[in-house]
Amino acid sequence: MSAFWGVVRRDLLIARRQGGSSLLAVGFFVVVAALFPFAVGADPATLRGVAPGVIWVSALLATLLSLDRLFQADFEDGSLDVLALSPLPLFMTVLAKVLAHWLVVGLPLVIAAPLVGVLLNLPLAAFPVLLGAALLGTPALSLIGAIGAALTAGVRRGGVLVPLLVLPLYIPTLIFGVAATAAAADGLPVAEPLMLLASLTLMALVVAPVASAGALRLALG
Amino acid sequence: MSNPAPTGLAVDDLSCRRGDHEVFAGLSCGAEAGGALVLRGPNGAGKSSLLRVLAGFIPPSAGTVRWKGEDIGDDPGAHRAVLHYVGHLDPLKPVLSAAENLTALARLMGGQILVVEALERFGIAHLRDLPVRFLSAGQRRRLNLARLVATPRPLWLLDEPTVALDARATAELEQLIADHRAAGGVVVAATHIGIEIPGAAVVELAGRRRRAA
Repeated sequence: MSAFWGVVRRDLLIARRQGGSSLLAVGFFVVVAALFPFAVGADPATLRGVAPGVIWVSALLATLLSLDRLFQADFEDGSLDVLALSPLPLFMTVLAKVLAHWLVVGLPLVIAAPLVGVLLNLPLAAFPVLLGAALLGTPALSLIGAIGAALTAGVRRGGVLVPLLVLPLYIPTLIFGVAATAAAADGLPVAEPLMLLASLTLMALVVAPVASAGALRLALG
Repeated sequence: MSNPAPTGLAVDDLSCRRGDHEVFAGLSCGAEAGGALVLRGPNGAGKSSLLRVLAGFIPPSAGTVRWKGEDIGDDPGAHRAVLHYVGHLDPLKPVLSAAENLTALARLMGGQILVVEALERFGIAHLRDLPVRFLSAGQRRRLNLARLVATPRPLWLLDEPTVALDARATAELEQLIADHRAAGGVVVAATHIGIEIPGAAVVELAGRRRRAA
């Protein structure tokens, strides 16, 4: 278990030293969302209607921004060989790296979500559900993204492939994240979409580390 | 052929194929505890591929690799916990200091962690708080090799370990290999240039021509 936390601490330390990863993700999130009032018009009722969808799409795009480096940096400098020789099974190493990614990128997005909600005139009553849905859904974004990142780790300029591989897999999370947020905005029951969102994240928790570890093993060969 | 109680590495009739290209075939060699293998051959002869097969990164297309009598394919998890692999790249993060890099790598490997000893052994203790982006190629190489000391493991797979090292550091590495073998460890090293590993068995890899198996 100490090797697991060793991986998490290493990635958090690198992120802190390099700086800017969290700020970049949050900045991208806010700027993309802020474009929509210019695109669809600043009518409060229109914005309120599109707010749940815009918040979630912007969060997906902001998560994608940092994914290409998740394993590629370790592949390029040979760290992947060392990770593969750890007594920790490779899927646990993947899980540790995904946890670090979520702490650096996902959690700041959750915290920034209410700000974007205000920008887009989301009703105040929907904010607790927005936060809850973001907390439940963003781990799935990091987990599913890891599969794309692992598949392209050994591919030159593979980073541009990650959105093509990953965005289609994000659709279920997008649907139920938006459904929960929209239901809360309209005062409808939210338990069902939230539970479906949680189940998607649990499913990703089971599948993604194993799938990513398999893809990384190919990159080792 | 094999000893009653094998204590080291035994390679039997090993073949490796990358795509359609047969890198080597019918290779047999071995080293008991305290032994060493030196891999020689022209560029592209398959020295690096052989080391990656021995590490379990590439499955062999035929033949077996045994460590202490156990086929490494039977329990890859157990095999990867006994070995160090030092490849062409130095797995160091430029933004972390020398000590932070080595501590992180040692923690990944688990087991006993001797970071300070490792830094001192390679004469880089004074660089411990310097970010790795300021280190020279030779200093990075030393830091990479310090992993061998930081977490003791019995099997060392070294791919051109002396690249970028000066004479003093090369001598230190030779001493380290000798100490490791004296303690019962096994070393497999691919090398073109002068590193003295006394009593090592030399494995000649022929290159593109396929050998008669």
